[in-house]
Amino acid sequence: MVKLRVNGVERSFDGDGAMPLLWYLRDELALTGTKFGCGIAACGACTVHLDGEAVRACVVPVSAAAGKSVVTIEGLSPDGGHPVQQAWRAHNVPQCGYCQSGQIMQAVALLSKTPKPTDDEIDQAMAGNICRCGTYLRIRAAIRTAAGRPA
Amino acid sequence: MSGSIPRREFVQSLLAGGMVFAVASTGCRRLGGAPAPHGPPGDGFEPSVYVRLDETGAVTVICHRSEMGQGIRTSLAMAVADELEADWSRVKVEQAPGDERTYGSQDTDGSRSIRQFLLPLRQAGATARALLEAAAAQQWGVPLSEVEARLHEVVHTSSGRKLGYGALVAVAKRLPVPPASSLRLKQPSEFRYLGKEIPIVDLFDMTTGRAQYGQDLRREGMKIAVILRPPVYGGKVASVDSTDAEKVPGVERIVKLRGTAPPSGFEPVGGVAVVAKNTWAALEGRRRLKVRWSDGPNAAYDSERYRADLERTARAPGKVARNQGDVAAALAGAAKRIEADYYIPHYAHAPMEPPAALALVEHGRCEAWTCTQNPQGARDQIAKALGMSADDVTVHVTLLGGGFGRKSKPDYVVEAALLAREVGAPVKVVWTREDDIQHDYFHTVAVEHLEGGLDTGGRTTAWLHRTVLPSIGSTFSKNVLYQSDGELGQGVTDFPYAIPNIRAEAGPAPAHVRIGWYRSVINIPHAFAIGSFLDELAHAAGKDPRAFLLECLGPDHVLDMASAGITGKPQNYGESFADHPVDTARYRRVIELATEQAGWGRPLSKGQGRGLAVHRSFVSYVAAVILVEVKPDGALSIPQVDLAVDAGFTAHPERVRSQMEGAAIMGLSNALLSEITFKDGRVVQSNYGDYAVARIDTAPRDIRVHVVPGAGRPGGIGEPGVPPIAPALCNAIFAATGRRIRRLPIGRQLAPAGARA
Repeated sequence: MVKLRVNGVERSFDGDGAMPLLWYLRDELALTGTKFGCGIAACGACTVHLDGEAVRACVVPVSAAAGKSVVTIEGLSPDGGHPVQQAWRAHNVPQCGYCQSGQIMQAVALLSKTPKPTDDEIDQAMAGNICRCGTYLRIRAAIRTAAGRPA
Repeated sequence: MSGSIPRREFVQSLLAGGMVFAVASTGCRRLGGAPAPHGPPGDGFEPSVYVRLDETGAVTVICHRSEMGQGIRTSLAMAVADELEADWSRVKVEQAPGDERTYGSQDTDGSRSIRQFLLPLRQAGATARALLEAAAAQQWGVPLSEVEARLHEVVHTSSGRKLGYGALVAVAKRLPVPPASSLRLKQPSEFRYLGKEIPIVDLFDMTTGRAQYGQDLRREGMKIAVILRPPVYGGKVASVDSTDAEKVPGVERIVKLRGTAPPSGFEPVGGVAVVAKNTWAALEGRRRLKVRWSDGPNAAYDSERYRADLERTARAPGKVARNQGDVAAALAGAAKRIEADYYIPHYAHAPMEPPAALALVEHGRCEAWTCTQNPQGARDQIAKALGMSADDVTVHVTLLGGGFGRKSKPDYVVEAALLAREVGAPVKVVWTREDDIQHDYFHTVAVEHLEGGLDTGGRTTAWLHRTVLPSIGSTFSKNVLYQSDGELGQGVTDFPYAIPNIRAEAGPAPAHVRIGWYRSVINIPHAFAIGSFLDELAHAAGKDPRAFLLECLGPDHVLDMASAGITGKPQNYGESFADHPVDTARYRRVIELATEQAGWGRPLSKGQGRGLAVHRSFVSYVAAVILVEVKPDGALSIPQVDLAVDAGFTAHPERVRSQMEGAAIMGLSNALLSEITFKDGRVVQSNYGDYAVARIDTAPRDIRVHVVPGAGRPGGIGEPGVPPIAPALCNAIFAATGRRIRRLPIGRQLAPAGARA
């Protein structure tokens, strides 16, 4: 039995502890905002926060989240009004939108550690998150805006 | 369309038919005359299959095209809302299921949603507005000329009386639909939404995790299936040992799926499915399957050997596609003569969302939900696979997490339908990234052989283009060895330059994998070769590449397709050449705009270079100027990209810019990083680790999109940004380093010798 907190709610799971957190969130909790992109931590679409750290939910077994707190895109802000989400909308970042949950979660984690990242720091922190539509320039701009820098 | 027909070959002939549905020619109740398969029967006001109003005044626009990042749900709704004089905040968008009789073509590819449906959707809005105006005039007993719709109300101009749209619905829905010819469409200066920057309707959902894609589908009692497919195209299951797989808790069924032998078209390739309670159990079960395959003849496919085959073919004369003047004589008599071979590899679409579909089969009917660009094709294929009438199949469309042409092929939807029938429960088929990369409909692989001759003044007198690549048609028909007219029309036969002697030939190339269309399609190899070779000729002539391009284009003219020496039927992306001629003035304009904005000719630092390329595709014109910086260790960075686009009238300029930005990034992936290779008939790559695509640290510092203002017929937007990127980049690398890249991807080719592993 794995006990963990997801978006502030206490949860327990008595299935296979080796199941990646991604499938636990998506299949068991219906939190489908966290996306499946690669399954090997190569694309970042499944990025969530585990005790505040950005992790790839596709390679974290549920058992590794025992006793920890998971925040997904659904739990980032009750009204979708997190400053990073607002910046994403101000720059019209999404195209297909599929990777954007992961991008936003990664950007929030970056800004919590490095509130005023340089462009190189942005590129470094975001290089694990693929966007096949190619929204990278707007992602950079949105992060600058969220950081209070000129876009 | 019938799913067994290749899109590029035959669908274009259906396009004109697709538009007819949207235009009322008589006073029938709804445009298209077919009953809507959904929506509130009777109590709504449905002046067109594309729009519905209710008595609260709420407007619902029915979007029949798939949303995959191009913003079409927003742009088409803007077209309706604008002509309807609707308040944008009261407009909702509803996604249509696949239904060609009602909506016309829903095949969302070929960059044609706006170019073919902007006008019909505007007409739908104008029809609704005309009926609301007529209803108000009738209610007030005043002449129609005295009323006018303004922002969700109809106003009696002389008295100032007003009625909201909701209050007019009851009367409006009883009035006859006016003929399209009587509709007054707005002048562009009157547009309230079109041409303006409006956030996409899905923006909030996409930034909060609420947006629903195919992979996200859920349904009570749903099973998850993953499928182990034959590693070689045309391979079959020889034997299965599922003992270990069945032991995985949660695994419920192992189902052998029969595949279709090549050419398999839109049909599944077969394999062994693991059906389970949840995705993890299905994946774990599949990992434990022991399957022996009978590979078949394609097991001999080796992409390195195949490249040599294509190069050999490209050395011999091919089937003539275009012949103007006498190239052999002109080459023989040229003062200077150069030639080059270019290689463009297979690519995988690799949209961020791998394919997925949920299906339910019960009571002789099938209902499917999926991320598809082609719901009608999915519907027809399911009907065929299950032996049903298409009328008994419903295909609902979710958002697509990227498509790029992959999701036009409904093989995965058919898999879900077959398994749902077999299992007797709703089944969601989940493709993993490995499935996606190894079982794609791959972008073709090409060798392009070019020869050119210059006279003593450095003017081009001869142009020979020999193109050798397996055709998309091979996925749908046997014994296809040559490109179709439609494929050759993507840069080769529509080559616009005013060179006196032009010859184009196609060489034979058998396919050993499923070849599909991938964003901008056969323009990718053709434009890379043409854009690179024009630059090579410019340098051979000792001329500035920009001046040389303009010189080759000659005085502004329209390419006369009848006298161009084209042997097949000239193809124009489904459009007539009368409506969309190949117009060199538009090539010139985008070249001028891109180079002006990029500061062409301004001095650069050491290691920097600028490259230019221009291409017309999907009846739009795009010029790219790329500035590169190459370090001595071969590290390449891109400080700036300037793209100039002429696509006629642009419905949503901000989404035009975003599509161009994205096309630049995808073009850079193609040029720099991505390659699918085959060994023993098997795809060597398996995931984003070995199938590299551009990440944020590869992205240019700046991409600047310059849109030529236009009021003319709209051209395509989703694809035309891709083709000029690779040649512009390689031309820039040549300018910076003197190294000419003729094989894509660039990979480690710029690293110093000895460090190119």
